[in-house]
Amino acid sequence: MNAPFHAEIRALPKGIVLELSGEIDGSAADGLLGAYGQAVAEHDPGTVVLDFTNVDYINSSGIALIVSVLARSRADKRKVMASGLSDHYREIFEITRLSDFIDIRSDLASVETELSDGIG
Amino acid sequence: MLSNPGSTPGRNTEMTTAPSGSGTKGGGVRGWLKLPKRPSSTQEGPAGAVTVSGPSLEISPEDPALAYFQSSSGAVDISKLELDSPAVNQMREAGIVVAVPLISSGELIGLLNLGPRLSEAGYSSDDRQLLESLAGYAAPAMRVGQLVDQQAFEARNRERLDQELKVAQLIQQQFLPSSLPDLPSWHVAAFYRPARTVGGDFYDFITLPDERVMLVVGDVTDKGVPAALVMASTHSLLRSAAPRLTSPGKVLAQVNELLCEDIPAHMFVTCLILVLDPANGKVEYANAGHDLPYVRTSDGVVELRATGMPLGLMPGMAYEEKQYELRPGDCLLLHSDGLAEAHNPTREMFGFPRVAELVGRAESGEALIDLCLSELDRFTGPHHQQEDDITLVTLQRTGSLVAPGGPAFAAREDHLDGLLTEFEVASREGNEREALSRVADAVTDAGLSSDQLERLKTAVAETTMNAIEHGNRGKADIPVRISVRLIEGDVVVEVTDEGGGAMGEVTADPDIDLKLEGLQTPRGWGLFLIRNMVDEMQESTDGGRHTVRLKIRPEANSDVRRSDP
Repeated sequence: MNAPFHAEIRALPKGIVLELSGEIDGSAADGLLGAYGQAVAEHDPGTVVLDFTNVDYINSSGIALIVSVLARSRADKRKVMASGLSDHYREIFEITRLSDFIDIRSDLASVETELSDGIG
Repeated sequence: MLSNPGSTPGRNTEMTTAPSGSGTKGGGVRGWLKLPKRPSSTQEGPAGAVTVSGPSLEISPEDPALAYFQSSSGAVDISKLELDSPAVNQMREAGIVVAVPLISSGELIGLLNLGPRLSEAGYSSDDRQLLESLAGYAAPAMRVGQLVDQQAFEARNRERLDQELKVAQLIQQQFLPSSLPDLPSWHVAAFYRPARTVGGDFYDFITLPDERVMLVVGDVTDKGVPAALVMASTHSLLRSAAPRLTSPGKVLAQVNELLCEDIPAHMFVTCLILVLDPANGKVEYANAGHDLPYVRTSDGVVELRATGMPLGLMPGMAYEEKQYELRPGDCLLLHSDGLAEAHNPTREMFGFPRVAELVGRAESGEALIDLCLSELDRFTGPHHQQEDDITLVTLQRTGSLVAPGGPAFAAREDHLDGLLTEFEVASREGNEREALSRVADAVTDAGLSSDQLERLKTAVAETTMNAIEHGNRGKADIPVRISVRLIEGDVVVEVTDEGGGAMGEVTADPDIDLKLEGLQTPRGWGLFLIRNMVDEMQESTDGGRHTVRLKIRPEANSDVRRSDP
């Protein structure tokens, strides 16, 4: 059950997707911030998508990491989107007001389409 | 305590001694002054038998003379001393010419006071040297005298306290029932063991006019004779109110009114009353701040909850009255805090979960009492001195336990309160995952919606993380204790650490705007999440223990209640 954190970077024409999996807690710090740093350095994307489809646990330390990623993106004027959040974590994104700054989409597929074709 | 060692070293010489015994803390010096009368008379009475009489001299702690004598290196010429001191003036009036401070271990313990020299010449430097060396011998001797006095005083005090304790014990025993109620199909057992200092525990059985039986347990704050007296009057008030009022809540309300008028300001009484109908096992109960009874049932241990203020604190109190039904095989324990709040040598508390667990284990009332006592002994260790009275009363309905799931079980579903699980996790980062899955497993039948379950899991995980990181500071050998209960249908999770303090997190609400601007750390979401995930969050500390209590009212449960009268 305790799956280690992993982040896969996938580049799309108009942005990058960080496919996150496992647990986002304090121990995911290097993995998440490292993947973000690498993606930004390699692709300089206008949009960063955090995909939570395969994430089964986020705790308050994980929320802090997401806040850090968001703060960096805003400093670099990159848009942040999220996909694949469960209802529960979506509620947490709302309570913490992360949802005011992150464009939350239900599934990754629609985001991929958006970042691949000419719309937006 | 005043003291004076018998011998004075010469004519017109007097000791002024510091107080010994309990009075030394004030910092003043008190003693006797002997007036120098009849200077010509010599050698009256055998040496060592001079008793002291005359006006007493008290040097108050503020008197500058005290510091002066304390720091002076030898004989002080009182007649020439320029000091605005009431004590020095008094000494002059009494004819004291020279005073030699008696100092032992740096502490001023008295003065060697001398009147005018018999030859009417002044004291020579030889005289002074002699006096100073005399003071050097006298001071430690006098200190020894004071210590002996002090010990004698303490011994008398102990004797007096022992006497008082005997009186308290006697009063207390007068009011404990001499026999147990004899009820067909019921078995009652009771145990009472006073602490050395005698707390104010009591219990009672009162048969009501309608043949129901009232069981009472109580505990008076404070100890010794005062507690015993308050216990005695509470006992009498209960006895007179019970047959007239019969309802446990009303009895408590009335006793509270009467007790409030007379009880000393700092004292109060916790008390639990349970009225049993032996014919059908139905009980009504009400509680005035006493430890809650536990019932062993076919489906686990149930805690009988009812709220109410202790007796004697405030007039005009109402006491919630609750009902329960004891079924064949059920066994109920009434107890006082001498059990659950006993400490072991490392100051760990025996604790209510442990008591609940023992209730679940025992086969009968007597066995339960034995089990409680042996487990308590094991917990506190061999050299333990019992801190408080211990009272245990058990009430067991004979017959075998009805299997869960049977018709009887279904009928009592709406008060299916009790302990669902209890466990510990080591204080290691990441162990909150274990905590949340064990809690989730325990509440599968509690009626939480899937959203509620997720919220509870997050709240438990965050609370456990706080307990691990802040409470127990990540020390793996200190466990975090977690219990899950159903209380009146609500899911209640308690997470306890040994940190003794509030959660080590900033209490200001985290603000995402400030965080994104870098004006607040990205962290600090734990407490905020917990508060938003549960219906109620409470913190409490008990000695070194810090407990966070989380409560969620299951959606399914509140629906059932509304539709099912």
